[in-house]
Amino acid sequence: MEILVVGLSHKTAPIDLRERLNVPEQDLPRPLEMMGDSPELVERMLVATCNRVEVYAVTEGQVEKAAEAITDCLATYRNLAKAEFVDRLYTYTAADAVRHVFRVASSLDSMVVGEPQILGQVKAAYSIAQAREATGIILNNLLEQAFHVAKRVRSETGIASSAVSVSSAAVELARKIFGDLTGRSVLIIGAGEMAELALRHLLDDGVRSVLVANRSYDRAVALAQQFSGRAVTFESFRQEMVGADIVISATSAPHVILKKEDMQAIIHQRRHRPIFLIDIADPRDIDPACNEVDNVYLYNIDDLQSVVEANLKERCREAERAEAIIDREVGVYLNWLRSLDVVPTIVSLRQRVEEIRGTELQKALGRMGDLTPEQREVITAMSHTMVNKILHQPMTELKRRAALQDGHLYTSVLRRLFGLEEKQK
Amino acid sequence: MAVDHFFFYLALLGYLLGTLHYLLHIASQRPSLGRVATYATLAGFGAHTLSHIFRIYTLGRPPLGSLYESLSFLAWAIVLIYLVTEFRYGNRVIGAFVLPMVLLAGSVAAALPRRIADLGPTLQGVGLWVHVALAILGNAAFALTFCTGLMYILQERQLKSRHPGRIHFRLPSLELLDDVGVKSLLFGFPLLTLALITGSIWAEYTRGSFLPLYGREAWSILSWLIYGGLLYARLSAGWRGRKAAILAIIGFCLVLFTLIGVSLLRTGRIL
Repeated sequence: MEILVVGLSHKTAPIDLRERLNVPEQDLPRPLEMMGDSPELVERMLVATCNRVEVYAVTEGQVEKAAEAITDCLATYRNLAKAEFVDRLYTYTAADAVRHVFRVASSLDSMVVGEPQILGQVKAAYSIAQAREATGIILNNLLEQAFHVAKRVRSETGIASSAVSVSSAAVELARKIFGDLTGRSVLIIGAGEMAELALRHLLDDGVRSVLVANRSYDRAVALAQQFSGRAVTFESFRQEMVGADIVISATSAPHVILKKEDMQAIIHQRRHRPIFLIDIADPRDIDPACNEVDNVYLYNIDDLQSVVEANLKERCREAERAEAIIDREVGVYLNWLRSLDVVPTIVSLRQRVEEIRGTELQKALGRMGDLTPEQREVITAMSHTMVNKILHQPMTELKRRAALQDGHLYTSVLRRLFGLEEKQK
Repeated sequence: MAVDHFFFYLALLGYLLGTLHYLLHIASQRPSLGRVATYATLAGFGAHTLSHIFRIYTLGRPPLGSLYESLSFLAWAIVLIYLVTEFRYGNRVIGAFVLPMVLLAGSVAAALPRRIADLGPTLQGVGLWVHVALAILGNAAFALTFCTGLMYILQERQLKSRHPGRIHFRLPSLELLDDVGVKSLLFGFPLLTLALITGSIWAEYTRGSFLPLYGREAWSILSWLIYGGLLYARLSAGWRGRKAAILAIIGFCLVLFTLIGVSLLRTGRIL
């Protein structure tokens, strides 16, 4: 019995190939059924996102054959020649396969390390496979464990704690200035896609009042309506800055529209309440010297970009800590898997009983004095028969149970009852 | 070893564990370490309280009669005010700044002679105890103002630099730091004012002089003026942020000088 992972991802395959192999969520059952037809794949599930297409499977036969069955299925389902993608595939087995599944679920294998979507995608793929009874005890446990690992990684490392997009970086900075953003007000000067994006993020975080100033008053009104805000005239934006907490400036003005002197006057009127200026215009709207004024925090698009880059580096450092967690959890899972394997349990149980039989037989024969070879043989045969008869029922039951959901319970109880754990070590 | 000393050492142990775990918590950002830090500090605080109770029982007077006792009481008061803050704001990062200070105060106290000071009749009386207790409680509040001021400056520099680093992610928001700063100031200042009034009344009674403007008293009044000015600027002129934080730091340095420096300079009278 072997766990294996066969697939390709953004690390091994170009986007056009990934697109051609991708399977939309609603179409997942079909390839699962196709794989179910091949006898090698006892359990199987398919994860398909725009960055990866991979199959997690359990086989009882040869790994190579199982991997080939998977490749064949993908090729037939997507009408591709195997040669087109076969050298882009990776195959992991045993511990490597377990580690890979854990890393994918924990978003360590993602293009943007720590992005949260992948966990949901794996969960969805798993429940589809589970509903079709394509998974069994091994994959069920592997995936449950993977979700547990992902949760640990998320809560114990800072892998997903910092923003990795410009607009979410702006929101995080705002939070470090104002704490809770609930009830804060934001002023948008100019209108544009970037400004809207940042605004949406801020609204998600509880920002309440939105003011829009634009050279074209009509556009200001239109944008304000969209966010149930209020339009103000472009000329009055300096006055409005007295009341706003966050200002997003994105005009197409060819020159600076806010000078340091303006800012000093405004901050005085604000009674020095902090203000966060986000200048996403090109060329810049706000004189960089405004940042020198106390309680003014000015970030332009380049600054936000460099924050994002620094955050990505921080994520990579945190990812190393996550790898350590995963290493430990892989060990935990493999231990469970081993206890599941019934053969070694049967072998060691037999050895154990055989040991007892041998020593007790020698003792008994020693005490009996002179016996004829025939008599010795009868006693030896009797001991064999007794052991076999006693072991017969539990052994058959154990083999039968091992294939079922709670099979590992039986092996582990048996191991404990007969003290087999110590023997193995 | 006397019982109160035993509990005092136990408290120091709690504060040491608290300090370590608050620092580990801020470095690793693991919530479990933060919880350990809080429990250790709470345990230390409990032991410290018992230590005070036993000392009161032995002395028959408040434990505020020597520099050891004053410093120990200061450490205890800082922990009390900090724990209230932690529970109210649900933020443990401040602990990484406050607890090392508590540990320092406690350790200095531990190094000082702990014999029971023989106080003359002029240094007895309820008025004096009230004065000293109020002054120490007020200064404990200012210790928190100092820490949040320091953190404010750090966070503000991170934000202004436009290249926020690891410290930036770990420190709380400016808003929270400023809020704790102003609240601890609002709590500490009336206490310090009352302390100065009771001190003057006591001086009037015992020495016949209303305002003994020399040595330690002068420094006390200077720090009262600084904190008063800071409070006035904050409340009336809307002075906040970096300048307020800097002033809070200067004010606390003066407090420290008043409490320890002047006492040590005038070795004849360690109070």
